[in-house]
Amino acid sequence: MLLMPAMSRAANSSTPPAIEVEDLAKTYGEVEAVRSVSFTVARGEVFGFLGPNGAGKSTTINMLCTLARPTSGTARVSGFDVARERDEVRRHIGLVFQDPTLDGYLTAAQNLRMHAELYGVDARVIPARMRQMLEMVDLWDRRGQPVQTYSGGMRRRLEIARGLMHSPQVLFLDEPTIGLDPQTRSAIWRYLRALQQAEGTTIFMTTHYMDEAEFCDRIAIMDRGEIVVLDTPEALKASVGADRVVLGTADSAATLAALNDRFGIEATVAEGAVTFQVASGEAFVPRLFAELDVGITSVTVSRPTLDDVFMRYTGSTIRDAETASTTSLHRETIRAFSKAIR
Amino acid sequence: MSASVAEVIAVRVPERSWRSEVRAMRVVWWRDMVRFVDDPMRIAMWLIQPLLYLFVLGAGLQTLSAASTEGVDLNTFMFPGILCMAMWFSAMFSAASLVMDREVGFLREMMVAPVRRSSIVVGKCLGGTTVAAIQGVIVLALAGLVDVPYDPVLLLAMFGLQLLIAFAVTAFGMMVATSFKQAQTFNSVMQVLVFPIIFLSGALYPVSGLPTWLAVLNRLNPLTYAVDPLRRLVFDRLDISDAARRTLAPGVTWWGWRVPSLVEVGIVLAGGVAMLAVAIFQFTRTE
Repeated sequence: MLLMPAMSRAANSSTPPAIEVEDLAKTYGEVEAVRSVSFTVARGEVFGFLGPNGAGKSTTINMLCTLARPTSGTARVSGFDVARERDEVRRHIGLVFQDPTLDGYLTAAQNLRMHAELYGVDARVIPARMRQMLEMVDLWDRRGQPVQTYSGGMRRRLEIARGLMHSPQVLFLDEPTIGLDPQTRSAIWRYLRALQQAEGTTIFMTTHYMDEAEFCDRIAIMDRGEIVVLDTPEALKASVGADRVVLGTADSAATLAALNDRFGIEATVAEGAVTFQVASGEAFVPRLFAELDVGITSVTVSRPTLDDVFMRYTGSTIRDAETASTTSLHRETIRAFSKAIR
Repeated sequence: MSASVAEVIAVRVPERSWRSEVRAMRVVWWRDMVRFVDDPMRIAMWLIQPLLYLFVLGAGLQTLSAASTEGVDLNTFMFPGILCMAMWFSAMFSAASLVMDREVGFLREMMVAPVRRSSIVVGKCLGGTTVAAIQGVIVLALAGLVDVPYDPVLLLAMFGLQLLIAFAVTAFGMMVATSFKQAQTFNSVMQVLVFPIIFLSGALYPVSGLPTWLAVLNRLNPLTYAVDPLRRLVFDRLDISDAARRTLAPGVTWWGWRVPSLVEVGIVLAGGVAMLAVAIFQFTRTE
């Protein structure tokens, strides 16, 4: 389900968009954590905020959740101003933080009950809603156990169930799947998608897992406090187009010069490796070895990913991102290949 | 799975009202109760601690002081003080849980809820008060062992005072807990404060005939005004000589004026409310 903001506004002009942000900025002393960010998220949309640690994602999410006051600019969530109508905003949002916020001594059911009571949910519907949420994240059978006996993945699932206990209109997730194994990550995405379809919940999330951003309807790439580009994952990948080649070499400068000389390629150096883009990576590698007289220690060819999109728009790789799982296999094959022919 | 979410039970969050604030306070309180009941070890430890003070410390010191207590058992004398101490420790434990909540992140969960932050502090304070009062009742049940009669009126009055003291001490703990953000700092501050406050309160010795500097510090200590009415209450019911009463429960005096129990109670109540207000102010301002 892909809802563009313009469409939803046209369809129903009386309901405000889930999130409207205009020139939002946050400064901590000298540091400009977020610089004049603007965007709109439609109701029911899954919106991803992508960027390295320190890009300003968490600061933005904190402002939208009323946990931090904007230095300038405005933001409205469910039509309520995050600075002036904090309580109204809080009534309409759910939050899943980056760091755990469960009470380990309480059971899963007690944690959810506490949450529902704090949000003033009608006491008569709490048990039914609780059961539904716990069943959704496959924790119903473990509801009576203290949370401190849970694994990391179970806790995260419980946090998501809790964030949804009060049927929020917008669910904010700050790095919801960080540190989780791939199975749990995909399970969490399944829950989120199911719920989003059932209740039309708008989901706003931050991540630095590139592959995860693919689940989003739209992605904003953030770097150094600014949104550098905002579009659908497909459009973003299409905008890169070419394959990416990364060379490990003993002499980066010589390699850059040689590439420019022989192939007319403008390469850059990122994280100690020479990186450039060509239309067809696999076909290019044999030519590279045949014609380049600089020592090469490794070659990686990858299809365009959101990493490349990030690279394209920010000029650097996502600094602290985990090795993209989608490309690691590919990478190993090529590494073996380059060893064999040496 | 998809079948179960198809007929999803939607709930709604009502607008904020006094009712939602009361519910928030109640659930914060409820959580403290659940954690208390689920921790039998903590309850057991709490039983041991006052017993230790009463029967080990008291019995030991008795050998030194038999002459000066006018025939009154030192344990009887120390009983009201021990009661205050017991509540002090349990209230500090509750206050520490606020610091721990911040450290493990749970505090954030409460902070983003659509309720006033003061409701959270008040709920937390009520939780601490209840747990401290329970601790007090356990100690109160031992009254017979130290020759304090099981007189219903006396016990009821002591329980009332206890509730008040439990509240004031918890409020003090909350104030410290909202001032020092880290568990380590909080614990150090409490370690440094606990003994001066208890030693200066007269929990362990009579407050008359003290050297001037000690008397001044004693009168400035809020806990003094909690221990004294409790002790007077007990001593009024004891069958002892007037001399013993004068020596052991002389009452707190300001420049020779004996402060009435009611004023002392007022001081404790006002102090508790003021400290709670400081705690709320700090909690609302900084988080």
